[in-house]
Amino acid sequence: MANNTIAEHVYVPFLEEKKGLLSWLVTTDHKKIGILYLISISIFFTLGGIIALLMRFELLTPVADFVDPHTYNVLFTLHGSMMVFFFIVPGLAASFGNFLIPLMIGAPDVAFPKLNIGSWWIYLIGTVIVLIALLQPADTGWTFYTPYSATTDADVVLITFGVFVLGFSSILTGLNFIVTIHKMRAPGMTWHRLPLFIWASYATAILQLLATPVVGITLLLLIAERTLGVGFFDPDKGGDPVLFQNFFWFYSHPAVYIMIIPAMGVISEIIPVFARKPIFGYKAIAYSSLGIAFISFLVWAHHMFTAGISEVAATIFSFLTFLVAIPTAIKVFNWTATLYKGSIQLHSAMLYALGFLFLFAIGGLTGIFLGALASDIHLHDTYFVVAHMHYVMVGGTVMGFLGALHFWYPKWFGKMFNETVAKIAWFLIFIGFNVTFFPQFFLGVQGMPRRYATYPEEFESLMALSTYGSWILAVGLLLMTINLISGLFSKEKAPQNPYGSLSLEWQVPSPPPHENFEEIPHVTDWTYGYGKKS
Amino acid sequence: MSSHSSSEEHHITSYKTYILIWILLMILTAITVYVSYVDVGIFNIVIAMSVASVKAAVVALFFMHLKFEDSITWGFALFPLALLALLIGMTILDTFTRLFPI
Amino acid sequence: MEQASMDHTHGHEMDPREAYGISKFGMWLFLGTEVMLFGGLFAAYAIFRAKYPEMFLEEHKLLNREMGAVNTCVLIFSSMTMAVGVTAIQRGKRKLTSLMLLITILCGLAFAVVKYFEYSAKFSHHIYPDTSIFFSLYFMLTGLHMLHVFIGIAILSTVLVLTMKGKFNQKYSTPVELGGLYWHLVDLIWIYLFPLLYLIG
Repeated sequence: MANNTIAEHVYVPFLEEKKGLLSWLVTTDHKKIGILYLISISIFFTLGGIIALLMRFELLTPVADFVDPHTYNVLFTLHGSMMVFFFIVPGLAASFGNFLIPLMIGAPDVAFPKLNIGSWWIYLIGTVIVLIALLQPADTGWTFYTPYSATTDADVVLITFGVFVLGFSSILTGLNFIVTIHKMRAPGMTWHRLPLFIWASYATAILQLLATPVVGITLLLLIAERTLGVGFFDPDKGGDPVLFQNFFWFYSHPAVYIMIIPAMGVISEIIPVFARKPIFGYKAIAYSSLGIAFISFLVWAHHMFTAGISEVAATIFSFLTFLVAIPTAIKVFNWTATLYKGSIQLHSAMLYALGFLFLFAIGGLTGIFLGALASDIHLHDTYFVVAHMHYVMVGGTVMGFLGALHFWYPKWFGKMFNETVAKIAWFLIFIGFNVTFFPQFFLGVQGMPRRYATYPEEFESLMALSTYGSWILAVGLLLMTINLISGLFSKEKAPQNPYGSLSLEWQVPSPPPHENFEEIPHVTDWTYGYGKKS
Repeated sequence: MSSHSSSEEHHITSYKTYILIWILLMILTAITVYVSYVDVGIFNIVIAMSVASVKAAVVALFFMHLKFEDSITWGFALFPLALLALLIGMTILDTFTRLFPI
Repeated sequence: MEQASMDHTHGHEMDPREAYGISKFGMWLFLGTEVMLFGGLFAAYAIFRAKYPEMFLEEHKLLNREMGAVNTCVLIFSSMTMAVGVTAIQRGKRKLTSLMLLITILCGLAFAVVKYFEYSAKFSHHIYPDTSIFFSLYFMLTGLHMLHVFIGIAILSTVLVLTMKGKFNQKYSTPVELGGLYWHLVDLIWIYLFPLLYLIG
């Protein structure tokens, strides 16, 4: 082997390169930016979760004895806005996407590193603006439907402006990732050798890029309605309040796929590693990410079946909604087939992945109930919807997020956490989540509407059960958090590749050095050759 | 090598091409303004939008160099238009079938 | 078998041509987002036009077609000068580029001036954004467009200053091209706005 004359690189973990808070705030290292997002979204997840606990506490009894109904409306507005805009939309993409994409494709960083840190600052400024405005307080619900949002006292202009700013962060991150994946793959890293998390991130980034501007213009129109007296959504001026919903959901439906597709990507990474088997149907899963993203643009009005849209439109959208089940089911079947005859290792990350499979299946199936026009007429705006959305967003995305956290923890932080405690925490989270949300399907079918502080007495026992579940869930999350944070302080350093994973990020030290790769790798194979003899 | 674009040949458009395109655009503008003074019923919209689309295409292809860009750029230039067609098409469908139920 | 062998030596220095291609691709993506942003307004236009064809027919006559046509010509001309400026810098002709950029910017300002007169005329006739759906659309569409004209002027002014300072040449002219792409988008949007608002009867 020819000796090159380049000096030996001394390995410095990226966490130790440049110290001090200020250096973090202006870093252009995608791995640090991912941590900035990770910390921010975790803080907001916690705050949003506390609000949820308050809501569920009120719902222990049928009367508004803990908070009055108006305060309850403020609470669910806060909970929804914080969870959707501050946590789950940026979510996996901004945190794990940032950390993993360059590493997985064999690049030193993203295409536009300065834009990347700019995106985080825009995100932070947006969250501060929205939070200040929400606390004024606001009681519109996170969906801000007109005519209420156009006429209420709440500082809707400021909230929507803040969300507009947040949208920019999402758009610019999506832009960065698309360019990175197209243009910065290592030599030999063809599209069909890419890890499935990259395919998922790519599909998500397209949604971030092209769907978000539509909610941007929607919010600008709402601001114009409130400030200039423009009447697009005002029937008195010839406008149409349902138009707001059409524009709003044109973005917000793809947005829910921004929430779930990266989590699906994570599952595709975790399962082969802990089943010691190649992923089943790589191309099907890869293209299904694109398929889901594409179909997600076609279905938005299924949120509006009872809003006053025409029967023709409703029927068409109901049919289109069923289509999205196809690529989704392809993924679920392929993950299951990967498990079949695998050597399953029940590491905590795998537990989250398996939890995802089960819970997301329930969430996805109940989506079909809602997509069917006839049943949705009865289920719309009931607890059935609340249960469905939490099964996909928490049972799906959050499980994926926590699984990613446990899986890449050694790589990102260079430490190991206590595996036993992690498993116990997972168990509490899994049980707590189901006790909280499964009863809500029944509540919904029985007619309990969402966003109400008071309810008929016959629902009390299921409501109380749901609240007890929320306490178990909270304890599980707390235990998990304590475990992961204390792992950071342990003396034991993580090995480079504790799980025998084959993708590129595991071929560099834990944590990686600032430049990721001493030399850009030359890729020769796909990333899922588990169980094969080398 | 996947990270290198295949066509890095730097095509430089001549000044003459730009002038010709500009003249074409001015002619098209004159046509569309002239037609707007004449009432041809539904064709007013058809002609106005067709002329606008030709102008837009010409600006994109030549002034913006799209003619010489790779297929990925073409994809991302055209896909938003498809999405807009979807948004406009479906919301109009909803509006129309509300007013005139099928 | 791991996914990659690590014994190839590759530098981290990005080829300038690669960087140029990457930046240009990024800008096209950004233009796509602008299309989606305006697209929402165009969708609103389409919907309300379908609902109230007579309102559009009547009220669009209140717009000054001649001023709109002048503005169209101004923007098209500025698009041409911008494109010429890009070719100029690609051939290393710094002074020509600066001149072209200056003309483009002046055209943008001229556009703004014409719009100012148009808006003042409307306001003096007590026509405001809340006067009717048609005028809501008119003001929102042209207002948002005007905002983008100003952003474009700001971008091109920055590029002009840098050009005059000698930052660009045959080998490196990316910001000029990217600024140009943005400016052409501003022109593109107007190419549709003009007939939709001023011409269709």
